[in-house]
Amino acid sequence: MELANIEKLVAKYENAETTLKEENILRDYFLSDNVAPHLEEYQLMFTYFQASQGETFNKTLEFKTEKKRNYKWLSVAASVVLLFSVYMGIPKTEIIEPGTIPVSEMTIEEKFHYEQAREALAMLSGSLNKGSEAVSNLKTYENSVNKIFKTK
Amino acid sequence: MNQSDFLKVVLPFKDKVFRLAKRLLVSTDEAEDATQELFLKLWKNKEKLAEYKNVEAFAMTMTKNYCYDRLKSKQASNLTLVHSNYKEKETSLDKKVEYRDTVNQVHKLIEKLPEQQKLIIQLRDIEQYDFDEICKMMDMKPTAVRVALSRARKTIRQELIKQHNYGVS
Repeated sequence: MELANIEKLVAKYENAETTLKEENILRDYFLSDNVAPHLEEYQLMFTYFQASQGETFNKTLEFKTEKKRNYKWLSVAASVVLLFSVYMGIPKTEIIEPGTIPVSEMTIEEKFHYEQAREALAMLSGSLNKGSEAVSNLKTYENSVNKIFKTK
Repeated sequence: MNQSDFLKVVLPFKDKVFRLAKRLLVSTDEAEDATQELFLKLWKNKEKLAEYKNVEAFAMTMTKNYCYDRLKSKQASNLTLVHSNYKEKETSLDKKVEYRDTVNQVHKLIEKLPEQQKLIIQLRDIEQYDFDEICKMMDMKPTAVRVALSRARKTIRQELIKQHNYGVS
């Protein structure tokens, strides 16, 4: 392409009046090796434009709507955690009747009395158990007596 | 429309979307995120895509608006864009370091242009869209597009001449 023609196209190009076809002619010219020295800025520009076209998006596009699914499972997990914490919370709170003090808050004297009362109650229940054992022995005795004498 | 149909429609212009986003957002990472986001948006609205005659032009308009929004929210939170991570990946440009530097000059000059001119240079000189399409994408009148493009081209050239003369004298 003649230099005169190129200069004409360049003028049109600067005024943004060139068609895509004409711009391709310019592109071909400026990407070639023999560019007129007074137009070498255009060579830089067109080289840059050409190089920029080669840049590509290399990541893979994702279209899965994972967000929604995550939220669903998140709410399930949250409710499980909530239920578990409620479940764990219940046995820890001692059921205290009004007017009584928990063992951990007793004074030494009160603890002493508490222990004594416990011991006494344990002894009582132990003796009761002994008694009931004796009674059950008595029952077998009675059974055998009944067999022999056939009172019933 | 299933995924493979959708990809057939949108994949041809994914690089263009990416480059346009990068032109405005500067950083490659941000441009990649923006591209991902935009295609997810397109995917969610895939039923409506058939209504558009020119899906590509529609996507480019979406890209433009999305990037403008991103830039606005950046300015609002007082964050400035620092382009420490920009480099040309082209191997053809790596042949001569000096040569590459002068080409990078063009990149920097375009970066200094107003956003609208940046976009138009990108759409016309790099992506080679015709004026009708650019008018649609930019939502501008043809004369306004031509004026902006002419200004951008002249600015780039004059700045290059200036830099060139500095080098000589």
